[in-house]
Amino acid sequence: MSQSAIAARPAPEQIAPAEGSAAVVQLGVPRRSFLRRHILPALPGIAARTIPPLLGLALALGVWELLCMGPDASMPGPSKVWAEAKELVLDPWFVYGPQDIGLGWRLLTSLQRVAVGFSIATVMGIALGTIVGSSTWAMRALDPLFQVLRTVPPLAWLPIALAAFRDSHPAAMFVIFITAIWPIIINTAVGIRNIPQDYRNVALVLRLNHFEYFAKIMVPAAAPYIFTGLRIGVGLAWLGIVAAEMLTGGVGIGFFIWDAWNSSRLSDIIVALIYIGVVGFALDRIVAMLGHYATRGTAKG
Amino acid sequence: MIPYLQIDHIDKAFTQGTYVLKGVSLTINKGEFVSIIGHSGCGKSTLLNIVAGLTGPTNGGVFLEGRQVDEPGPDRAVVFQNHSLLPWLTVYGNVKLAVDKVFGSTKSRAERHDWTMHHLQLVHMAHEHHKKPAEISGGMKQRVGIARALAMEPKVLLLDEPFGALDALTRAQLQDTVQEIAARLGNTVIMITHDVDEAVLLSDRIVMMTNGPAATIGEVLEVSLPRPRDRLSMTDSSAYLNARTRVLRFLYERHRHPVAA
Repeated sequence: MSQSAIAARPAPEQIAPAEGSAAVVQLGVPRRSFLRRHILPALPGIAARTIPPLLGLALALGVWELLCMGPDASMPGPSKVWAEAKELVLDPWFVYGPQDIGLGWRLLTSLQRVAVGFSIATVMGIALGTIVGSSTWAMRALDPLFQVLRTVPPLAWLPIALAAFRDSHPAAMFVIFITAIWPIIINTAVGIRNIPQDYRNVALVLRLNHFEYFAKIMVPAAAPYIFTGLRIGVGLAWLGIVAAEMLTGGVGIGFFIWDAWNSSRLSDIIVALIYIGVVGFALDRIVAMLGHYATRGTAKG
Repeated sequence: MIPYLQIDHIDKAFTQGTYVLKGVSLTINKGEFVSIIGHSGCGKSTLLNIVAGLTGPTNGGVFLEGRQVDEPGPDRAVVFQNHSLLPWLTVYGNVKLAVDKVFGSTKSRAERHDWTMHHLQLVHMAHEHHKKPAEISGGMKQRVGIARALAMEPKVLLLDEPFGALDALTRAQLQDTVQEIAARLGNTVIMITHDVDEAVLLSDRIVMMTNGPAATIGEVLEVSLPRPRDRLSMTDSSAYLNARTRVLRFLYERHRHPVAA
């Protein structure tokens, strides 16, 4: 807002001298002033934000390299990882055979499973959370169950899922679903229980029916809580998929790590870990951004 | 003739045997502006909630045009103390929600839009209609709350300490707006307040509540000052000063606040 205002103001100043002076001079002026006015002042700010993380990264890589310098080090240092596995970094989209594909494809496969499992968890989690949040009886009946089940580690569900679905693909998606659903249920329920009495009174005076109350008061009022639940849920889902794929096989990123471990390709594993971290971070940011966008103005005012 | 709004022998006990309100009876005529004044904790907000239907009375009942009211409804629109605007809707959206609900089947889409904008204009908020509640001041929020209540075209407008959270200058502006609108539309209004000047300035009758527990109506004062009332010229009027003194006497001599005493 303020930047565009600054950008708009110099315009008349640039035109004014041009009326009196030759047109030749004018051509050079805006270009140089654009650099001086917009690029140069922004540089210190950009530098202050980009240099510390770059320094941190360089420091971490340096320590890692130092620790793995010895001739009998059990782990590869960053330079060795780059030498051995740079193909995985440089070309994530290669396809050499049904099991020999780039990390990009493997991540996509894993993301697809997360997408299905997480979507089902979102819909069911919000529905169940709404019921638990709005009915004291439902809360008393179901809350103890939820509190116990949510502490079960994702992988403990896998044998049951395999037995129930008789196939590793839906079983992995079930593990995602069951991992991600608990924080969504619990946060939705808390959000609904925390709807201020004021909003309930408004709904009562307006005689909103159940559906209108759900759509116009409940969902928007609980949205910040719901998105917190979704954000925790997507993080857990990403933790779960890697573990589940290591056991179920297939082409996901989790199985890639397991496969690399079985053929002693430590450098590949490290590259895969970095990919997983970056994707997990991106998922978290995306859900956070969606939440920020969807709950604009919901903060109390 | 049946009274317009009748509050008939209301008792209210939140726990068994401990009464907040005891034997409250009041009849309000159509187009009348009635203030209910009393110390905090005397149950005046409870009384308003009972009229609104948000709380049920333990005994007694509220009758609007002869029919008992026991649940909330847009015919008794409330302006809440803390504005209670929905923060995810714009100023326009907040009023429109009420208009759509109340007039969804009787007015066309264009009529509902005009109706919404008309009521925002009444409270001088039409120019801010696109803003979210978080982007406007406290006084503006309360204006929107008033517009939302008025737009429901209520039979009785209930104001629950509507200006309590505002600074003195903003409060004065809003009082003038409410006075002007009430005169123009002829609304029947019940206002809860703890501000003596506000009560005298706006009301046709001031209902003074005794202190709780078991609070009831202590005295009712007719304010027969001519309208429109101007806050500046009234400070010299003896009728104004008399009314003000009587309310002050009631509140600070005969029914001093138990904590303050």
